[in-house]
Amino acid sequence: MSSPSNAALIRTLGGVAALSGLLIVLVVEWTAPIIEQNRKEAIARAIFQVVPGATSNQPYMLTDTLTLDDGNVTEGERIYAAYDDNNQLKGIALATEGQGYQDVIQVLYGYNPACQCVTGMKVLKHAETPGLGDLILKDPPFLANFDALDVSLNPAGDGIANPVNAVKHGTKQNPWEIDSISGATVSSVAIGKMIRLHTAKILPTLYPLSEPIKERTP
Amino acid sequence: MSESAQSATEVIPPLKEQDDTITADTFMEGIWKNNPVFVMLLGMCPVLAVTNSTINALAMGIASTLVLVASTALVSFLRNHIQKQVRIATYIVIIATFVTLVDYAIQAISLDLYNALGAFIQLIVANCMILGRAEAHASKNTVRKSVVNALGMGVGFTIALLCLGVVREVLGSGTFLGVPLFGDQFQSWVVMILPPGGFFVLAFWLLFFAWNEERKEVKLETVKENA
Repeated sequence: MSSPSNAALIRTLGGVAALSGLLIVLVVEWTAPIIEQNRKEAIARAIFQVVPGATSNQPYMLTDTLTLDDGNVTEGERIYAAYDDNNQLKGIALATEGQGYQDVIQVLYGYNPACQCVTGMKVLKHAETPGLGDLILKDPPFLANFDALDVSLNPAGDGIANPVNAVKHGTKQNPWEIDSISGATVSSVAIGKMIRLHTAKILPTLYPLSEPIKERTP
Repeated sequence: MSESAQSATEVIPPLKEQDDTITADTFMEGIWKNNPVFVMLLGMCPVLAVTNSTINALAMGIASTLVLVASTALVSFLRNHIQKQVRIATYIVIIATFVTLVDYAIQAISLDLYNALGAFIQLIVANCMILGRAEAHASKNTVRKSVVNALGMGVGFTIALLCLGVVREVLGSGTFLGVPLFGDQFQSWVVMILPPGGFFVLAFWLLFFAWNEERKEVKLETVKENA
């Protein structure tokens, strides 16, 4: 049996690659809107979890001002103003990320300008150790740290009065402290650090801008 | 004739002449006699990595089965047009294609499940059970026979993942499919959902299969002696 020509080999591989490309493009086109919808729904669920009492949300882009995010704005950081049934602002959901034990952890947390406090935290994505590090998702005492975590601004309004601090398990004494998890210390301290850094960066700008969005405009 | 010369002259019989007989063994060999995990020890990466819960094990089993069945069907369909020199590259492209399709399908079905399975969906492309089936079976058999065989292998792989996933979740989390089985006093055996737990449970199942095999051989010898 003679060996196949080089052209025949290239034809085979090229044909299979073309078929592969066609199949992938078809499936990507078909699933893209569904995946986008799933992402939006997952974000909405997370927003309502971190801002108790919220029933709807409105995305904004934050720069030096707040701009309604209609999908065309590309500059700034996306934030989600969350409203109740009476269109009154219940809080603002903010996304941040930081290095965990294994990989980057992405979280969404709620901020209420009325009490200047964090009202909830949800881990969106992580790769922490199952059974240990992943306690940051479900450990009730740890999650209770974020029910009313103090992130008040200092009198000058240019920084956090008492920066968020993760302390050793069982030693929390102040409302700006996070009681870390024994057995998941690195992961829980990482959450504390990312909220400390993010609040320090964003709240001095966001707090004064939250007044005009207290009521949802139709 | 040397071995290389012999393989160079090897001709795959045309479609019509190939044996298309499907027996119970065509399907069943993957479930018991040649189980990809417990007998052939193939695809160990997902076996150890994602079996920390029943639902993850089931999802990975189904995803791998879909890729296995679809890729063996296409490899078998194209087998008379794929030259020996480019067969491995072609099989990998075909397998990678179906892995990508499954990857997008899972994202469309459930983002939570997709996040739970992490990078292991993409790593199905490197599962040697799938490439092994393409090379050892699909490239030599008809589409019908290849699909039935791949389905059996996929079911066998899924059962093996579940054997590990159920044990690890019950012992490591005290739950089954997320439902708590024991009271608040239950102290979960965390090591079982960590990587070492995967090795422990796999070793337990391999021991069980080896013991069962030995028991059958002893029984057979006893029957022979009595005869």
